[in-house]
Amino acid sequence: MNIEFIQKVLPLYQKAAVLTVEIGALGIVLSILVGLCAALILYDKIPVLRWIVSAYIEISRNTPLLIQLFFFYYGLPKIGIRMEAKLCGLIGLGFLGGSYMAEAFRSGLEAVGQMQAESAYSLGFSKLQTMRYIVLPQALDISFPAFMANIIFLLKETSVFSAISLMDLMFTAKDLIGVYAKTSESLFLLVICYLLILLPISLIGSGIERRLGRHGFGS
Amino acid sequence: MAETVLELQKIRKQFSDTVVLNGVDLAVKQGEVIVIIGPSGCGKSTLLRCINGLEPIQGGQILFYNERIDTCKDLSLVRQKIGMVFQSYELFPHKTVLENVILAPVKVQRRNKEKVKKEAIELLERMGLGQKINSYPKELSGGQKQRVAIARVLCMHPQVLLFDEVTAALDPEMVHEVLQVILDLAQSGRTMLIVTHEMQFARAIADRICFLENGHILEDTSPKEFFENPKTERAKQFLKTFTYERKQ
Repeated sequence: MNIEFIQKVLPLYQKAAVLTVEIGALGIVLSILVGLCAALILYDKIPVLRWIVSAYIEISRNTPLLIQLFFFYYGLPKIGIRMEAKLCGLIGLGFLGGSYMAEAFRSGLEAVGQMQAESAYSLGFSKLQTMRYIVLPQALDISFPAFMANIIFLLKETSVFSAISLMDLMFTAKDLIGVYAKTSESLFLLVICYLLILLPISLIGSGIERRLGRHGFGS
Repeated sequence: MAETVLELQKIRKQFSDTVVLNGVDLAVKQGEVIVIIGPSGCGKSTLLRCINGLEPIQGGQILFYNERIDTCKDLSLVRQKIGMVFQSYELFPHKTVLENVILAPVKVQRRNKEKVKKEAIELLERMGLGQKINSYPKELSGGQKQRVAIARVLCMHPQVLLFDEVTAALDPEMVHEVLQVILDLAQSGRTMLIVTHEMQFARAIADRICFLENGHILEDTSPKEFFENPKTERAKQFLKTFTYERKQ
């Protein structure tokens, strides 16, 4: 292992890690928004919209992110929609993550019994209030483990961004291997970077899960 | 003569092809306690759910102080005045006991939080739950949960209370503590409709007993009359299922 080389390229990794985290974080926020809307549409069985959402979920979950990115980056310009690579990565991650988040939230919503909503209605809560104060908080707690798994999954998926020439961690490592042929060092740093990003998130997630478990509802 | 609070006229309720309620007539006067009994599946719970607007009706009308509520657009207003307690308690598991009780008065009725809190604590203390106000529902026994559910409804200041088999899920020893609370409410002059399988309790609390069978009210009479001298064959048969005899 060449320490000197590692020291030399470390700033490159740093820059790439920032980009990965940046697009990852924004993409996850987008996923959560898309997922929540989709889950509420499915839960409420809103006509027409629910079919559109179901189709979206199937398409999004059953195609690889790489292909989705190719579609956004190389396909859409053919019909005149051009986006820079960063925006493409963000939208791609939101498109993929939205369906995973939707499924997580939907199963959480469905796990809250119908009777909970009815008892809220019988106290005079409106539909919106019932969702906000009674159903959604419970559903989010129930779907938390799936939610955390999705976040980690999506952050790892960012490694395909290099395919649309985004200078993320994967791109940087491949680049360095190509230029300097220092495979071990480059890959070692790549692994370390991903661990540094993902481990804390994983640990924080488990911590929150344990706290929820203690508070857990049961009946 | 006391004022009529709630009036059901020819209520008809069906789930696709199954007719559950078929022309139910019932008038409830101020301060009256009506116990509805009948075999399983006769539509007792459905009747209460219709009154609370949880089930739409297909015929007849429901009047609350002479105003139709079955066609009312704003069910929230109706439900604030007609409180309902469920068999399965349905406390909100993510809220403490106190939060469970104050949530609706604060969010739905927009009453002052501090005042509601004070009232809720008094209410819970009166029900012997003073020590539990900061507990979560899962830390309570069934009887305690049901008492919290009753406190939660009372805190809304309803004019009519509906109890839907509130002790059916409880251990025998806890049944008593819950029924005692309801008995106290009856004595304080509350207007109530109670669905129950506890015959002793029905007899003690009811001003009137309604025997529901096959979507009809077959008997509507005083508890003494109903238990000692039931008119219909079906009611006699039903009451017989509560006594046991050893075959010789």
